[in-house]
Amino acid sequence: MIPAAFDYTRVATVDEALAALASSDDAKILGGGQSLLPVLRQRLNAPELIVDCSAIDEIKGIDASGDKVTIGAGATHHAVMNDPAVKSSVPLLAKATETVADPQIRHRGTVGGSLAHADPRADQPPVALALDAEFTIAGPGGKRTVPASEFFIGPFETAVGEDEILVSVAFPKYDGWGTHYEKFNRTAQAWSIVGIAAAVRMDGGKIAEARIGLTNVGGTPVRATAVEQALVGASSMAEIAAAAEKASDGIEPFADEDADVEFRKHLARVLTKRAVAKAAGIE
Amino acid sequence: MTETIDTSTPLGRPIKRKEDAKLLHGRTNWTDNIQLPGTLHMAILRSPYAHAKITKLDVTPALSRPNVVAAYGADELGDLNGSIPCVWPVVDDIVMPDFPSLAKGVVRHVGDCVAVVLATDPVQAADALEAIEVDYEPLPAVVNMQDAIKGGTLVHEDAANNVCYNYPFATGENYDDVKAKADVVVTRQWANQRLIPVFMEPRSVVAAPMGMSDEMTVWSSTQIPHVLRVLMALVTGIPENNLRIIAPDVGGGFGGKLQLYREEVLVTQLARKLGRPVKWTESRSEDMVATHHGRDHIQTIEIAATKDGKILGLKVHLLADMGAYLQIITPGIPILGMFMYPAIYKMDAYDFYCTGVFTNKTPTDAYRGAGRPEATYAIERIIDELAAELDMDPMELRKKNWIKHEEFPYTTVAGLTYDTGNYEAATAKALDLFGMDELRAEQKRRRESGDTVQLGIGISTFTEMCGLAPSRTLGALKYVAGGWEHATIRMLPTGKVELVTGTSPHGQGHETAWSQIASSILGIPVEDIEVVHSDTGRAPYGMDTYGSRSLAVGGQAIKKAAENLIEKARIIAAHQLECSPGDLEFVGGEFKVKGDPEKAQAIGAVAFEAFTAHNLPDGVEPTLQGEATVDPEDFSYPHGTHLAAMEVDTETGKVTLRKYVAVDDVGNQVNPMIVEGQVHGGLAQGIGQALYEGAFYDEDGLPLNANLSTYLIPAAPDLPSFITDRTTTPSTTHPLGTKGVGEAGAIASTPAIINGIVDALRPMGVTDVAMPATPMTVWKTIQAAKGGQA
Repeated sequence: MIPAAFDYTRVATVDEALAALASSDDAKILGGGQSLLPVLRQRLNAPELIVDCSAIDEIKGIDASGDKVTIGAGATHHAVMNDPAVKSSVPLLAKATETVADPQIRHRGTVGGSLAHADPRADQPPVALALDAEFTIAGPGGKRTVPASEFFIGPFETAVGEDEILVSVAFPKYDGWGTHYEKFNRTAQAWSIVGIAAAVRMDGGKIAEARIGLTNVGGTPVRATAVEQALVGASSMAEIAAAAEKASDGIEPFADEDADVEFRKHLARVLTKRAVAKAAGIE
Repeated sequence: MTETIDTSTPLGRPIKRKEDAKLLHGRTNWTDNIQLPGTLHMAILRSPYAHAKITKLDVTPALSRPNVVAAYGADELGDLNGSIPCVWPVVDDIVMPDFPSLAKGVVRHVGDCVAVVLATDPVQAADALEAIEVDYEPLPAVVNMQDAIKGGTLVHEDAANNVCYNYPFATGENYDDVKAKADVVVTRQWANQRLIPVFMEPRSVVAAPMGMSDEMTVWSSTQIPHVLRVLMALVTGIPENNLRIIAPDVGGGFGGKLQLYREEVLVTQLARKLGRPVKWTESRSEDMVATHHGRDHIQTIEIAATKDGKILGLKVHLLADMGAYLQIITPGIPILGMFMYPAIYKMDAYDFYCTGVFTNKTPTDAYRGAGRPEATYAIERIIDELAAELDMDPMELRKKNWIKHEEFPYTTVAGLTYDTGNYEAATAKALDLFGMDELRAEQKRRRESGDTVQLGIGISTFTEMCGLAPSRTLGALKYVAGGWEHATIRMLPTGKVELVTGTSPHGQGHETAWSQIASSILGIPVEDIEVVHSDTGRAPYGMDTYGSRSLAVGGQAIKKAAENLIEKARIIAAHQLECSPGDLEFVGGEFKVKGDPEKAQAIGAVAFEAFTAHNLPDGVEPTLQGEATVDPEDFSYPHGTHLAAMEVDTETGKVTLRKYVAVDDVGNQVNPMIVEGQVHGGLAQGIGQALYEGAFYDEDGLPLNANLSTYLIPAAPDLPSFITDRTTTPSTTHPLGTKGVGEAGAIASTPAIINGIVDALRPMGVTDVAMPATPMTVWKTIQAAKGGQA
């Protein structure tokens, strides 16, 4: 379909973006456009102003010089999943990003855009949540940081205000952790029905620490803290399976054509078991 | 696959397609690329309800929007609001409700056309739809066929009920008598779900009054420019000889563009009324609710057999969803399938009954296979169920009952006479390529170890009837049109050739394949032959492309036209060479005097003589061309054996197609590479039905997945590398020995996939898996079977 009419401005700096956002009561940020354009074309949203931020070079970089890997909000999926620092220090993010859609979309779409769009089906939000990423948001009053645990508020809703823009996401380094992203979907290009982001630190053949994020089992990504705690000390498939049984504790999945509540909960358990086993190298 | 290639003739060679350079370089002429000065763009207001009364419709506010030139509802359109005809009234007492282009007071499916806006800019036309004032009073929707036939809410309020027609067809012995003799009777009910064609190029149509003449030219992304011209003339009253229909480059159809659509009528009528070009191109969102859908049958099938596995009889009862209205051949689709339920099997009795049902959903009509995939699914599935009931190997049961190669020609219980076939040969080759014994051994290991991933083997030994069709047969079935095809081959004075065909390719590669046929007869290089098609101004006669008919019927016309051309050329050449025509043989593009090979004249030289006409024999007219209009002797009956190895993750329900072998017998092949492409595409769509696709509605008749993010179709990463091969049993009713191939893959593959999944899970007590076999469906089926065992 054809989007409703809108005004358009292309900005080159974060400050220009903030000024543009301030100029309208109903503005939307365009990054790679892979989420926004379908919304516009189906007329699910009809903002007055589109602020095209795809030319802001200052938010496209990936910096691993300190104790964190900081990913500019404008870095594409392709850039992130192929970045050597991301691959070695935040491998879970690289693996989840590899499963996003197809190469064309990964070359256009941005990780920051996907996180800020906060589609419950998206693969990277649970990674950010599980790995305690920190979000830097610029607004009229300057920059602020928000932990992942406070960033995701609801479906398509985050801590980024209407007059603000996500600038970067910083991930602690997880060098040496075993990781796996288990994506469950019907076709290669389809959204996740359920996804499991798993990272484990092994010590002497046992899981010493675990971080588990769940995709599409609720309105926001879910941190499976009960599973994480139960996994500590696990060294066998049976122990992992027992811990993974807690993956459905407290989640409130919705039903759709692909999965009802019962099946989603079942998938959360089974896929958590598989993701952790693969991350830990235990069969 | 491997082929032995005879390079002495272009027939049978995998020549690269002439069409592809243009496609790959983007030099294509899609309908939406056509830009005419002064064009008005049409946008359509569509019903958001499955069933509602239009209580208010005021289009005038749209007229004040920028660049809007006109807006119409049914009232404003008046006599120009043409109704879509149905040309296949399968029984005398069929109910054929009015199907106006714009709804008259009541909308009957989501996507029904309510009003149109025309503007000089397509975006402003779409925006102006929001200004139209429309109110609806929602009515209860008829969604489910089983409910629909009970009465209650009526899709068409003036009708007695929701039944479109009842079609009984019983052949052979009395089924009940045969059933009484049976040791085993197996009955099943299956939903052959509703599918959406999802061709790549959305529909688009441009109509332009030519101004300097009375001609109206219509460009449309259609499979059927010739049929469209007739129907458009009948609906609009524009004299047929003033209508020129052009199908420019068309990006796929799969039956979905075998249609006269409301939008085509609206664009043409409004171009006439407003005296300027009008254009409409659908969005994918419109396409998914307004392009006709396919399948959607509920099949109750019963098979009766002896305890040693001899099939005695078959009974089939169908509910076939017509949707809200009848498109051009909607009622006939299940009737095409009717003939194919007995398939390759010998039996004594066949009892078929079909009820066509109206519902508040998008109309159905032809989709790749059109009736035959539904039939093939049902018979190939029930054969597996019968085998399980008899504790027989499913392939052994098939072998026991199929028509043996020495028994052809064979008249089936349904009354078709299959000219040739060799099911034994195709099956032997398929089994060899598949590695059946190793896979059965692996299956046994996985079963015994209780592996999470179980392995199943799915079989489909299919045949189908295609190459529509002998005109007399179509007439007997109450189909309004004929099934012939036309070709004209014109030699030009320079020795080049124009081959005019009545087929209308939309991706098939006719330009290449038809050149190969003509080249093989005329001895003129493939590259010197230009194929003219899909324009009623340049190719006036034709019955177009659908039902795997283009080679099976159109190919015959080309062969005969080329032969007719040679016969005329022979007379001219004999005159030139001062011999009698009978003394000449035509070899490699040259007429040679028998016994005196030095005396020869090339066909190009004959064409030049025919063109100058300086020295023609008495009574021979100048110019050199051959024409032929051929009515086929019979349908075409390709067959094959398809085998699928299915892995089922019993913990998640996820199914993986691990290996797929397709051995098809399509008779002689004109271009094996094109055949290969047809097989691959057909397989993808048939597998799509088994695993991914299905158009679903909620209880209010609202579509649940009418977009491409939720209506899933397989893409390359979702399919394995198919293992394909062919056996060659030439058709004896088609002069080239060819058979249709366009639909074979889509017909054969669906039951192979589901049979494989059921085979994997049968030890768990599973006897059926609904389509599409999504992870949730498979997992729930397993859970239910486990519960049943407990």
